[in-house]
Amino acid sequence: MIINAIFFYLFAGITVASAVMVIAARNPVHSVLFLILAFVNAAGLFVLLGAEFLAMILIVVYVGAVAVLFLFVVMMLDVDFAELRQGVLNYLPIGALIGAILLAELLLVVGGWALAPGGGHAATVPANVSNTQALGLVLYTRYVYFFEAAGVILLVAMIGAIVMTLQHKPDVRRQNIAEQVARRRASAVELVNVKPGQGLS
Amino acid sequence: MEIAWSDYLLPFLIMVGESLLLLIILLIAVAYILYADRKIWAAVQIRRGPNVVGPWGLFQSFADLIKFVLKEPVIPAGANKGVFLIAPLVTCTLALAAWAVIPVSAGWVIANINVGILYIFAISSLGVYGVIMAGWASNSKYPFLAALRSAAQMVSYEVSIGFVIITVLLCVGSLNLSAIVEAQDHPWGLFGWYWLPLFPMLVIFFVSALAETNRPPFDLVEAESELVAGFMVEYGSTPYMMFMLGEYVAVTTMCAMCTILFFGGWLPPFPVVPFTWIPGVIWFVLKALFVFFMFAMVKAFVPRYRYDQLMRLGWKVFLPISLAMVAIVAGVLQITGWAPQ
Repeated sequence: MIINAIFFYLFAGITVASAVMVIAARNPVHSVLFLILAFVNAAGLFVLLGAEFLAMILIVVYVGAVAVLFLFVVMMLDVDFAELRQGVLNYLPIGALIGAILLAELLLVVGGWALAPGGGHAATVPANVSNTQALGLVLYTRYVYFFEAAGVILLVAMIGAIVMTLQHKPDVRRQNIAEQVARRRASAVELVNVKPGQGLS
Repeated sequence: MEIAWSDYLLPFLIMVGESLLLLIILLIAVAYILYADRKIWAAVQIRRGPNVVGPWGLFQSFADLIKFVLKEPVIPAGANKGVFLIAPLVTCTLALAAWAVIPVSAGWVIANINVGILYIFAISSLGVYGVIMAGWASNSKYPFLAALRSAAQMVSYEVSIGFVIITVLLCVGSLNLSAIVEAQDHPWGLFGWYWLPLFPMLVIFFVSALAETNRPPFDLVEAESELVAGFMVEYGSTPYMMFMLGEYVAVTTMCAMCTILFFGGWLPPFPVVPFTWIPGVIWFVLKALFVFFMFAMVKAFVPRYRYDQLMRLGWKVFLPISLAMVAIVAGVLQITGWAPQ
């Protein structure tokens, strides 16, 4: 028990501290790196709860893919730090609003849980089933339509992004890979016996 | 106090001891794998390779280690110091961390976790951070270009590795690496391992592993003819050595993964008497070395891919094939009733 508590406070502490650093760091790239640290520690918290599948998926999806894209975008931007700091006051009201809404929601959730612990729809995991299996059993049976709908939404988003960026320029020369691969020596190289003083053709 | 000792402290100390032992063996193995890589490469090109330090050059890697450690680390003035120094640590630590779940023989594993294969997948997907951080923190053109290339490359090939892993998991019915090996235990011996029924996936996994670890012919990250040394241009001495170490440990991890997924891990090639006398760990090492030999031979034989060819191979060839194979394997298992319960 005490070991669990130690690790909980370790992971939770680092998560909160790095979340603070995400908004406090001056360099946006450092912010993203702290965000990644927060994700990894949140995965640690999942492991402590016994949800090892969620923890690994969190790392694979968020840290391994989404955060890489964040990092890319931030690195490519040419950020002017002085200008960035001037804009803080403009965005303060909307930021404060979002923060207040989040705080209110968290208070509602925690308050509800404190008043009636165990309420709501906490799932019970059968004893002899690992949580990966348990997730799969409900995800592909009870919630299969939601799961597929989520997949279709992502597919539509992907197609939308491709359509917006795809351009067919008429004067661009493209390579035909099959043609290149099918090329043989006979069609590419010719041995010609050149007579002196006459040259080719 | 009594309970704390037997419940927590003792297992913790045992785990630390096991980890240290694995770490030392792994680092020595990496030293000789590096040597083997250079020797094989040299033999293909009819050179001698390293042959000066020690008998047959056997201590070459240790001489290199001492050379790197004793050199002065140079940090560029415009570099982002913290990130610049953390990047090689990230590469090296992540590569070593993957070995925590790899079973080298029946029960010989530090952490026998349920989601072992996902853990390795997660760790290898984090490997890209070392490269990106190094490329950005160096504050120089070539490293940054290399980092951009490599991030696209590593993320692309992770997709096909993921699908290959899924086909194997469909046949096994578990995410535990030991269970994957045990599922390949078959009276036919080596003909019952997954390399035979899933041969196309083995090929895709092997090529994707080359791309994922930035080995030639996919070493566009450090393509010396175009990008000097890729993301490592600004690195020297110990930080550079840590990148090299991380890279080779990642290669050993991929060899071990290939062994576990397709070559039956620690199982003997034929389940009859003279073969079953030999301990499982020796079979595991032999198989992993065989896979590494293939890695080294590919490095010696195949010229470097162009970047657009690399992307085409990943997205237009491997992704459709592996996706189709997931559907085919799942269908066959369902229809024939071979699917694990």
